[in-house]
Amino acid sequence: MPYRFHFVTIENRGNSVIQSMHRGAVATIPLAVSALTYGGVLGVLSGQQGTTWLEILCMDVLMFAGSAQFVMVEMWKAPLPVLEIALAVFVINLRYALIGASLQPVFRGHPIWRKALLMHLVADENWAVTIAEHRRSGTDPFFLFGGGLLLLWAWTGGTVAGNLLGAVIAEPEKYALDFAFVAVFAALTLSLWRGKRDLLPWLSAALLSLGAEQWLPGKWYIVIGGLGGALVAALHQGGGRALTRLLPGVARRLFRKARA
Amino acid sequence: MKTDLFISGGLAAILITAAITYALRFGGLMLADRLPQAGPVRRFLDALPGAILLSLVVPAAAHAGWAGAVGLVSCLAVYVKSKNLLLTMAAGVLAVWMFRHMG
Repeated sequence: MPYRFHFVTIENRGNSVIQSMHRGAVATIPLAVSALTYGGVLGVLSGQQGTTWLEILCMDVLMFAGSAQFVMVEMWKAPLPVLEIALAVFVINLRYALIGASLQPVFRGHPIWRKALLMHLVADENWAVTIAEHRRSGTDPFFLFGGGLLLLWAWTGGTVAGNLLGAVIAEPEKYALDFAFVAVFAALTLSLWRGKRDLLPWLSAALLSLGAEQWLPGKWYIVIGGLGGALVAALHQGGGRALTRLLPGVARRLFRKARA
Repeated sequence: MKTDLFISGGLAAILITAAITYALRFGGLMLADRLPQAGPVRRFLDALPGAILLSLVVPAAAHAGWAGAVGLVSCLAVYVKSKNLLLTMAAGVLAVWMFRHMG
């Protein structure tokens, strides 16, 4: 019976956009709670550093990138080291190039102006929720954007309130709130598991990120773990064979050159 | 008034860093659109989300030590049972909080 109704349903485009945004926002609520508390921490920190509420608000809305903002606030002293700040932000946010690339299936078939508009509000949090949803049942960019809007409210609310009110949640470790982010992201990671073919890439990503986190500064470990894990997946089937075929030839050539 | 609300060069620094961040986000997506849709590159892009998420989670969990291990097991168990992220977060936070206060 229901499918007969399905045929006569005229898809209301505007309505489905709102529905999608709403679903994305609801799915992002747990991470928005986490963003709110961490925004509070950054806000308090920024207040102690002498960053004004307007400066932090501009960072929230225009840059919208948590860990980069922590570093920025840290460096926010006169005379402002603009070049160093720009370089640090570039390195910390390099992972967004990977995150943007991984969103390609979600944006497939959508016009470029929509991509340009909706990509701004992409954070780790709504990205992870969207990718998990996309793998499960498919989704669209509005789901991502709905989650992004909710995060924007939580993030600006947390940071500006923290900046103006001072120490509200100065020590999230005391209440184990620092673990909220890990808990949700671990669950999302679990839902992305595609079976045995993920084993080697995932192992590589875990080991590479752990190693890079030990030895390299900043957020390089996310870039290195992400790139490395995905590269292993790319080379694993077919490509791996091509590489093993290619390598002896390269080695022979090098050997000949060394002898000559 | 404006001078009080922005450090000298502050607005410029924010605009520059905002432009860099946006360029990375949008540039990544544009680049992926121009890459081949089959073969190793496709496999690379398909494996990217899992690899990035693991790289975010594993070092963070490792930093939390034994409390983190306990929290991780609790929240994953709750997630497998309930598929509810809010419950999962509560379970992880509660487990870590209890572990820290008992230890």
